[in-house]
Order: sequence, then C-alpha cells, then structure tokens
Amino acid sequence: MSHKSYVEGLVFDIRRYSVHDGPGIRTTVFFKGCPLECAWCHNPEGIRPDMEIINRRHILNGKTYLYKEVVGNLKTSGEIFNIIEKDRIFYEESEGGATFSGGEPLMQPEFLRELIGMCRKAGIHTAVDTSGHASARDFTAVLNSDLLLYDIKSANPVKHKEWTGKGNELILKNLRSVAREGPFLIIRIPLVPGFNSEEAEITAIRDLLVPLKSRIIRIDILPFHNLGVRKYIDTGRKRSMKTDVTPTGDEIDMALQIFTDKGFEAKMGA
Amino acid sequence: MTERVRQLRKQSVEAENRLDHERALLVTRFYSDIVNTEHPVPVQRALCFKYILENRKLWIGENELIVGERGPMPKATSTYPEVNLHSLKDLDILDSRPKVSFKVTEETRRIYRDYIIPFWQGKTNRDKLMAIMTPAWKKAYEAGIFTEFQEQRAPGHTVLGRKPWLKGMNDLIEECQESMERLQFETDPDAFAKRDELEAMQISAKAIIKFAWRHAGMLEKLAAKETNPVRKDEMLHMARICRRVPANAPRTFHEALQHYWFIHLGVITELNPWDSFSPGRLDQHLPGFYMKDIDNFSLNREQARELLQCFWIKFNNHPAPPKMGITAQESNTYTDFTLVNLGGVKEDGSDAVNELSFLILEVINEMKLLQPGSMIQVSKKNPDIFIHKALDIIRSGFGQPSVFNTDAIIQELLRQGKTIEDARNGGASGCVEAGAFGTEAYILTGYFNLPKILELTLSNGFDKRTNAQIGPETGDPLNFKCFDDLLSAFKKQVEYFADIKINGNRSIEELFSKNLPVPFLSLLTEDCIANGLDYNSGGARYNTGYIQGVGLGSVTDSLTALRFHVFGNKTFSMEKLLEALNADFKGYDDMQRSLVFNTPKYGNDDDYADEQAVSTFNIFFNSVDGRACYRGGKYHINMLPTTCHIYFGSVTGAMPDGRNSGTPLSEGISPVQGVDTNGPTAVLKSASKIDHIKTGGTLLNQKFTPSFFEDSESYNKITALIRSWFRLDGHHIQFNVISSETLRDAQKHPEKYRDLIVRVAGYSDYFNDLGEDLQNEIIKRTEQATG
Repeated sequence: MSHKSYVEGLVFDIRRYSVHDGPGIRTTVFFKGCPLECAWCHNPEGIRPDMEIINRRHILNGKTYLYKEVVGNLKTSGEIFNIIEKDRIFYEESEGGATFSGGEPLMQPEFLRELIGMCRKAGIHTAVDTSGHASARDFTAVLNSDLLLYDIKSANPVKHKEWTGKGNELILKNLRSVAREGPFLIIRIPLVPGFNSEEAEITAIRDLLVPLKSRIIRIDILPFHNLGVRKYIDTGRKRSMKTDVTPTGDEIDMALQIFTDKGFEAKMGA
Repeated sequence: MTERVRQLRKQSVEAENRLDHERALLVTRFYSDIVNTEHPVPVQRALCFKYILENRKLWIGENELIVGERGPMPKATSTYPEVNLHSLKDLDILDSRPKVSFKVTEETRRIYRDYIIPFWQGKTNRDKLMAIMTPAWKKAYEAGIFTEFQEQRAPGHTVLGRKPWLKGMNDLIEECQESMERLQFETDPDAFAKRDELEAMQISAKAIIKFAWRHAGMLEKLAAKETNPVRKDEMLHMARICRRVPANAPRTFHEALQHYWFIHLGVITELNPWDSFSPGRLDQHLPGFYMKDIDNFSLNREQARELLQCFWIKFNNHPAPPKMGITAQESNTYTDFTLVNLGGVKEDGSDAVNELSFLILEVINEMKLLQPGSMIQVSKKNPDIFIHKALDIIRSGFGQPSVFNTDAIIQELLRQGKTIEDARNGGASGCVEAGAFGTEAYILTGYFNLPKILELTLSNGFDKRTNAQIGPETGDPLNFKCFDDLLSAFKKQVEYFADIKINGNRSIEELFSKNLPVPFLSLLTEDCIANGLDYNSGGARYNTGYIQGVGLGSVTDSLTALRFHVFGNKTFSMEKLLEALNADFKGYDDMQRSLVFNTPKYGNDDDYADEQAVSTFNIFFNSVDGRACYRGGKYHINMLPTTCHIYFGSVTGAMPDGRNSGTPLSEGISPVQGVDTNGPTAVLKSASKIDHIKTGGTLLNQKFTPSFFEDSESYNKITALIRSWFRLDGHHIQFNVISSETLRDAQKHPEKYRDLIVRVAGYSDYFNDLGEDLQNEIIKRTEQATG
C-alpha cells in the first residue's frame, strides 16, 4: 500500500526498532520544532522549527573528515507512513506500532493528525510523546492516538518557566482534558538534580496525578543523563544546563517510591 | 554443578591440544603390513577400522560416567594420513601457531618422519584429488574463487536420526544379513559390490561392539583395584553398560548416552568427516529413556543433569582435526561443529518442546563449553517460554544457542524432495545447514567467493593477484553501456566458475566412493543397509551437495555502487573507478568516502540496494541448484561463511563498495560490517528479500549489547523480533551479545561499527554518536552485565 499525501511536516529522524518509546517494537518519528527549551534537552537538534546545519564527521582509515549536514527533512505524511508501514510485521508480533516524538509533535498538529489517522486506518498502534504544551485546539490532534507518553516536569509554574522557558499551565490543562477522554497515559518524568529531584517536587507532581490515576498506565522516571553534550557542540547551540550531576540511586528509588506508595506502577527508564 | 562435573570440566578446558600419531601409525601399519589387497575396498576399510579399535590405547578418566576418547587421552587429536598427510613443517606450524595450537612431541615428529610420511607421500586421497583436477580448477582454486572441503576432510556432515537410538549393533548386523539375503545375483550386476559393502558394515558393527567390551574390561579391572566402594559400584555399573551398548538397544538414560558416545567415536575414528558428527534432536531421542527411568525411580532430574554434563564434556574433549598446508596457518577453529538441536516439531507436526529441552538448556548454560554447539529450533508451535529460556543463555554473550526457523527448514527440505515426516525429523547441523537427520548425506563441498568473481568481471576475467586469466573474457568493463551489461557479464563469470566447481566436486565424490567408503557411518544412515550402498556412494535415502556462497553483502554493495555512481548518477566514470580500485583507493580518498558513506547499502530495507542482493542470489542459485551429484541427488546452495570471509577477503582486491584490498568480506547474509544504520528490523527486512526457502541454510548475525536482554519486557521484544523474522521465512539468526572489548574496539574503529546501537538511559543511540565519556560508561556497564 503506497500513500501519496500533500500534508508536509518537518522531521529530523526516523528510528526503527525503537524499544523504549511505548509498548513493543516501534518506529519513532522525530518531529522538528519544540516550544520548550529544557535545560537538560538531549535532542537539541529538535528544538528549532526549521532546517539547520549540523557538523558531522566521518572516520575512514583512521582519518576524520568533517562535513556539514542539514538536520530536518520536509516529508509528506504519505512518505512517513510508507516508512512506518515497513515494520508492520514486527508491530504485529510485538504489539508495537508508531511513536511520534520530537521536538514536540504538537507543533505540527495537522501533520500529526494526518499521520495518526493513516496509522489508525491501517490498524497500526500509535503513541505520541508530548510535552503537552499546545493550545486546546491543537491538542485535539492527539485524541485519536492509542497512547500518550506525557512528560510532566514540574508542578511549579515558576520553576517550570525557569528551566524550560515556558510555564506549565497549558500542559496541566491539556492533561486534565485528556484524563476525561482520549488515549491512556504513560507519564514520563525527567529526574533532574537541582530542578525536580527533591522529595517535595516529586510529591507535588504525584499529587497532581492522583485524580487522573485511572487513566495512567505507568509512571516512567527518566534520570537525567549527561549525553546530549556532543549534540550541543555539533549544532552550535548553547547549553544552559550548568551541572552534569546525575541523580543518585537513592534519588531514583525515592522518586519511584513516592509513586508506588499511592498505588501507581512506576519504573526507571522506559 | 557436582564436584565430579566441576573437576571433569576443568580438566577438559585446561587440557592441552595434542596432535596424536596413534591412529595415523595404526593406519600406516595396517596398510603396509596387514591389508589383504585382494579384499574389496569397503572390506579393507572396515578391517582397518577394526584394527584401529582393537589396538589403540583406551582412556578412562577419573570419576567419568561416560567413557571413551578418540585418542589416548582427552584432546589428543588423531590425524588421517589416508585423507591428507601432514609434513614436518605442518607439524611445526601446528605446534607453534598462536591460536589453537596442537602440541607435537618429538616422538610424534620421529614417527611421522620415519614411518608415516615415507609410506603416504604421494598416496593420500588429497594427492589423488589434486592429480585429477583440471588446470582451470587449479587456477580458480589458487586464485581463491572457491575452497574444497574434501581436500582435507572426508564427506560427512551427518546427524544421527532416531533409528540408531532405538537399535543395537546386533540389530543392524541382522538387518545387513537380511539385505544380503535379498540380493539378486542373477539380475543385479551390482549385487556383488552390495554384498561386499554389507559385509564391511557388519565387520564395522562388530568392531565397535568389541571396542565397547574393551572398555568394559578395563572398567572391571579398575573396579577391582578401586578402594572407594561408591566409585567401585559406579565402575561396575558402567562396565555392564559397555557390555550392553552399543551391541544392544539402550534401555536407560545412561545407556542411551553411552551408546551414542561409542557411535560418535566410531564415526570420527573411521574418517575425519567435515563437521564431525552430531546426536541431532537430543530432546526428542532422550525423553523415552528419561521418563522410563524417572517412573521406576532409577533416575532423578539431578542425576540426569550430571550424566548430560559428563556427556557434554566428552564432546569438548575432541577438537577439530588439525589442518595441513596453507590452511594449517590460517584456519584455527577449535570447534568441530557438532550441533545439538532442541525444540522444533515432532514427526506428526506437533510441538516438540518438552522437559528435556529445558533440562538441556540448563546444562548448556552451566557447561558453557565450545563443544557441542547448540541451537534451538523455533516453530510457530513452540511456546515463548522456550525462547526465553534460551535468551537466558544468549544474554551472557556466550554465542549459543543460535536460533533456527523450523517452519522454514521444513519447507526447504520439502522443496528438495523429502517427505514431510523426514523433513520434520530434520534440523540444522554444522553452522546452519538444513538436513533430514538420519536419512540424508548432505555434503558441504566448498565456499564460493562471490565478490572475487565480481572483481574478475571488472577485469575481463583476469586475476591481478595470481597474474593469470582465470575467467572467461566477458567484455572490457569500459564498454559496458548499462548496468545490465555488467550484471550479465557477472552472471557469465559465476556460471563459468560454478561449472568448474561442480565438475570438480563430481570427480571428488567419485574418488571417495571408490577409495574411501565409510561402512560404519553407512550402518547408521538410512537406507544404506537396504540399498547395500555406502554413504559415500549414494546409499542414503537422500543425497545432496552444497556450495556455500560467501560475501553477499560485499558483492551487493559493490554492484549497487556501480549502478548508483557509474551508470545512474554518473558521479564518476567506470575508468576512474577502475583506476581507484587498482590503486586500492590511494589518492582517491574522496571517491572512497563517497562509496562508503554516500551510497545505498544492503541492510537498510532500501529496495534500490537490496535489488542487487536478490540479483546476485538468483544468479548464484540458478548456476548451482538442481545440478546432479555423482552420488545421485542434487546440488543446492546455502549462504554461510564460517570464517572463510576472512580468507576470501585476503585474496580479493579493492571493491567498488569502498572496501580496501585484503580486508574481510561481509559474512553470511549479514550486511557489510557497520553499514546497516537503520536498526535490526531493517536488516531483517533486507535479508528477507532473498528467498531462504530455496537454500539449505543462511547465516545472519546481529549484534546487541546485554542491555537489550535485561528484563521480561526486553525478552518479549527480542522474542517478537525472532518471530517476525521467521514469519519472513528467515532461516537463522544468531545474537552476538557484545562484550566490552568489542565496544573498546568500536571506540578505536568507529567506521566498522556504524550499526552499533547501545542502550543509553531510557533510550538507545548509535554508539558512534555518543561522547567519549558516555561511551566509557557504557563499556563499564557492559562489563558488569556480562561479568
């Protein structure tokens, strides 16, 4: 089945055999452009909503060759769908599917809506990995998907703004709306020392989520990892994260405990 | 692991490989002093077998439960001068080569110098073989177009079927008698030859019975001297077993294992068949004995485990017979490719996984020995838990068991003309080769260097390395107008060399049939007795010859590069490309970068690139499949390299895929090392575009770090990956769970590891894309996981 479509979108990567972005074996499509600018972002090349030049290197016979590459491809939804469909047999065996991630997929709501629709029609499970930062109208684009991987970073709007560039009002509003109808949720919490790894911070997030518990499949605690550094260098983007301290085992255990205490399923990583 | 097993395992692992002259000396004595040349050849061979078994030293190790060695002690490895003769120089090389060396004593050197070499010089099967090969064959062989398995090893590649597990040698002797009585001397011109062969089989059967009795005698003597009453009882029990099997059908679990082990020793003493010998579907043959013993309380699960472990150690005591000549320097596999099959389906098509399948997996996990190799057959009917138990072993990075598609193997065997029952009783042996166990002689005959043939196509049949015109003139590549011109020239070259290879094979088959029949192996292979025909003469129910294609990824990417850059985009001309290849890309850095990094590559689920894999596969398949063997039966292809992609790479010049001269080719049907950058599902999709069902086996390796096996969710994902691959008719997959050393190498040589995906933290990334700190951390984590 080949699809032609004129809805175009900007993506910066498509990764097959993605096994950490939802159930089963998945293909993850990374949308380019994000309204937030999280200090710890490990995909900085996904932030700008347009094409950009990135430095790359080839190594051959011990020699390193530097070259420039354009990050961001304008693709039609049909082109993307054709790639997603290539691994259908793997989705069937593993109960996997497609995940739309980024960047922020909701920055391109029509493109997202179209892709979810195409997958749905073809019987392919869809998940959207979102920050939730979108207008209520744009946010309806996710309602047809099967699963949301919904990031919650902080319950505190001031801190949220300080560390991500935006407050959390839209995020929490959309979260409440999706808790009434639409897809089930996996909540993803980046655990970042100095930002949200303290007990009070995590507890505040948990208390926000308690009323929505029946819609939440699981809580994923994602410990901050100092690995996007090279990508910052390659993209020439300034890195605002001041520290490279990663969460301790105790901090991670505590975060998990806070959720399991209230009957949530919580685990580290994806 | 019991203390006994721990000790025996330790001894086996630590024993030194030795090249042992005992068998060679006995064979030499037999042929110089004892043989009666009036006897028909099969009878001579059987009497030689008998002479060896009667006169060789026995070995019974301390606390062993299964007895018998090929040589006078564990890892003392026999040679086979009637097949090929080691020179004194070969002995020196074997003694001193850095990997898998074989110690050679002064006594062995002296015996070789004074007896064995003078007698066999110029008279070995290898000498005869080289004498009858055509000049065209020799040129191609020397240029590295193909190898020849039977040059140093006898045809073999056999697996014991069900029948000999349920019969004693006395039953088989009786069957030979019945077959003899059916001979029609008036009407059948071959009746006399059949009688001779059947007589030879009977001599061999009696010889192995006596050999077991010798062990019984020795055990009785040792028992008489033994002061520990427990061990004394054990030895007397073992002596009774050796008196009973293999003469009679085994009745108990212990008897069954010892029965097989004597048979195994018989096969590898008679000659040195390529790929040793295999017990086959062990978890199908043993449950009858196991359940009976459990039911009458004569055995419990732990005792069965210990017996299996002792059985495992026996295999590990037997390295592959050492090679001679150039290959003594190059080939250093310890493994003799015994392969235990688990799982799959029963003869009636139902799920064959049972209690023994799981017990044996536990044994494999505890033993972690190179030999015997192990594999699981996975049918759509087998439960996921069976795969999960295998993943428990795979995740440790041990490289076993490999994973095979039963449903594909059955289709492959059916296509080749087996009955559905014989196909279901089959499996894979050696590396990945499909066969009907117990009923088929499927002989691997040599690797076939597909990239080298493309290299020759680009030089109009002339080989630069050996400086000779070895292929036909299929046109100056500068005159090729389109990609199809190139492809049809390549096709002519492949056909030419396939003809040479197959014609050579047929002469070699004849040589073994006439000079080196194997009456003992024939006893075990249906329908040799009924047909009165030797295994090496087409006596088996099914006869097959295989030629193994090597370098699919390399040749595919080279053809794609030509199609893409020279004929399609005209990035550069054929002339410039040939110049660069001649210069091994020296001074052509930009072109090489373009070829390596900016060309569609096989393994990424990109039809443009994968089309060349399909064309190459079809050209090779059409050149070989269905051609007649000398023994009856047909030739087929499979796609596997063992380690030959390294040797073939060493004789192959620079290629249009950007590969430098002399470097390894791609292995099996895997993509060229590191070019598959779209993940494992894309590799599987690409590799499924060739028709596995038309082969007798393909080999696919996939690298993973241990983190992909860390919890039940990841087990489910890997299981789904396997199931999907098998729905696509993939024949085999092996998971190489990579070690921290591999990751360190990847830090040094990133270009070879562009495909390497590692789990970072909640997500995965290409190892190459990580900063050095993080790479180091992942190395540390991998070290912890694999221990």
